[in-house]
Amino acid sequence: MARAAITVIGAGPAGLAAAVCAAECGRRVVLVDENPLPGGQIWRAKKNLPAIETEPWRRRAQAAGVEWRTGCQAAQATPERLWLESAGEAETLAWEQLILATGARELLLPFPGWTLPNCCGAGGLQALVKAGLAIAGQRVVVAGSGPLTLAVAAYLQQQGARVLLVAEQAAPMQAAAAALLLFSSPARVRQAWRMRDALRGVEIQAGCWVEAAEGAERLQRVRLRRGRRRWSLECDYLACGFGLRPNSELGQLLGCALNAEAGLQVDRWQQTSVARIWCAGDASGVAGVEAALLAGQIAGYAAAGRQDLAAAFIARRDRQQRASRRLLRRLALRQELRRLAADDTWFCRCEDVPIGEAQAYASWREAKLQTRCGMGACQGRICGAAGRFLWGWEAAGVRPPIVPVRVGTLALTETGEAQ
Amino acid sequence: MPEELRIRVNGRELAVAAGTSVAAALLNAGIRGMRRSRTGEPRGPVCGMGACMECRITVDGRAQLRACQLRCREGMEIEC
Repeated sequence: MARAAITVIGAGPAGLAAAVCAAECGRRVVLVDENPLPGGQIWRAKKNLPAIETEPWRRRAQAAGVEWRTGCQAAQATPERLWLESAGEAETLAWEQLILATGARELLLPFPGWTLPNCCGAGGLQALVKAGLAIAGQRVVVAGSGPLTLAVAAYLQQQGARVLLVAEQAAPMQAAAAALLLFSSPARVRQAWRMRDALRGVEIQAGCWVEAAEGAERLQRVRLRRGRRRWSLECDYLACGFGLRPNSELGQLLGCALNAEAGLQVDRWQQTSVARIWCAGDASGVAGVEAALLAGQIAGYAAAGRQDLAAAFIARRDRQQRASRRLLRRLALRQELRRLAADDTWFCRCEDVPIGEAQAYASWREAKLQTRCGMGACQGRICGAAGRFLWGWEAAGVRPPIVPVRVGTLALTETGEAQ
Repeated sequence: MPEELRIRVNGRELAVAAGTSVAAALLNAGIRGMRRSRTGEPRGPVCGMGACMECRITVDGRAQLRACQLRCREGMEIEC
C-alpha cells in the first residue's frame, strides 16, 4: 500500500492550487484525479491538449514534486485509507491529510423528454465537444440558468455550432442585473467582452425556458415558453443546465458536515468539521473559478501548517465568494420549473422511476426504499439534487462505495490488502 | 501519438482522431443511444463528466464503463 502525506482529490483549479501550495511548503503531495488530464471541468483539456490556464499550475506542481494519479476515481474512504479505481484496476492509498477538491456537477431538472438522446447538460455538451464531438453546423438550443449557459453558448458558437437560442429562465430584470454583476472585476469584464463577441447574432431570451423535448429515439425539437408565448424549435442538441451543485459525497462518507448549500462545511482555513480533512472549491459551495483558486491556496498552505501564508488569501477569497453568491441569487430558479414534468416523466433515469411515483413520498429515503429511485448506477447524483429542488428532500446519507466499482475493488475494501 | 486511430463499434470499424472520448466518437458516428434503460429506451451522454452514468457501454468485454470518461485507444472493441 502506497503512503502519502497530503492527498488532494480533484485536479481542477482548487485541487491544483492546493497541491502546489502544500508541495511548495516541502510536503509530500499526491494529487488524484479521475480525468486523463488536469484542469477539472472548467479548465477541461481539449482532446490531448490541456487548457492554457492549467499550464502555470501544472508546471509549479511538477517543479514542487507533486505525484500525479490521473484517471483514478476514489470509491471508498476511511480515516486512514482511500480506495481508488483506475480503468477497472483497484488499489488503496494511505492518507494522513486530505484535501477534497471534488468540484460540482450540473443540476439537471426533469421535463418531458429530458431523457431523449442528445438532451445534454450545458456543461455536459461543452465537455463532449472538448472530447471531440463534432458540433460544427449542428443546431443547438442552450437553456437553463446561470453564467455557465452563456459561456457554453459562446464556446459552441466558436466551435462552429449554430446556437439557435440561449434561454435564461430568470426574468429579464434579474437576468440583466446578473449580467451587470459579471462586470464587477476587470477579469470579468474581459471575460464578458469575449463572450459578447462570440455571441454576436445569437438570440438570447430571458424569462424563457424549455417545457419539453420531443423526438423519436432522439431529440428533434424543443418546446419553449416565455411568458404566455409557447413555440417549438427544431434542433440537433439541447444543452440544458440549471446551475451547479457541490460534489460532497466523499466528504460525507468521511463524516464531514454539510452546509446549507449541501456542500462541505468549512472554516476560514477551508478545514471541514473533521480533523485532517480540508475542502476547497465548488465542493464547499459553488462560487466559481477565482474563488476556487484562492480557497485552494488557503487549503494547501493550511494543510501544510502554514496558516501564515494562507492568511494572505482570505480577504480576496471572501470577496470573490460574495460576488459569486450575489450573481447566483439574482438567477434564482423560478417556480414553473417545479411543475414541468408530467406524472409519467422519468424522475430517476437509472431505475426509470416516474415523477408520479416518486413525489408521493415525504423524503428521499422513503422514496428510495419504496421505488428504488436514487439506487441505480448514478446513486442519486442526478435525481437526488432534482428532488432537493422539486420537493425540498434532504440529502440521504452516503454509503460506500460512492461510485459503481468492480467486484475486485470491493474485495480489496473488505480485506484492505491487494490481491 | 498517431493523429488517427481505429476502433471497432459493434463490429464496424471507425477512424477517430486521437484524444477523442468514446462518447464523442460514438455520437460522431451517429450512435446516440449508448445503452437501453430499464424500460428499453435509448439513452446517451448527458453530463459529459462521469456523473450521470447514462453512457455506459462495453469495452473489450468489460461492461458498464462510462463512454465519456474513456478515450479511444487503437483497436478498442466497443459494444453498445
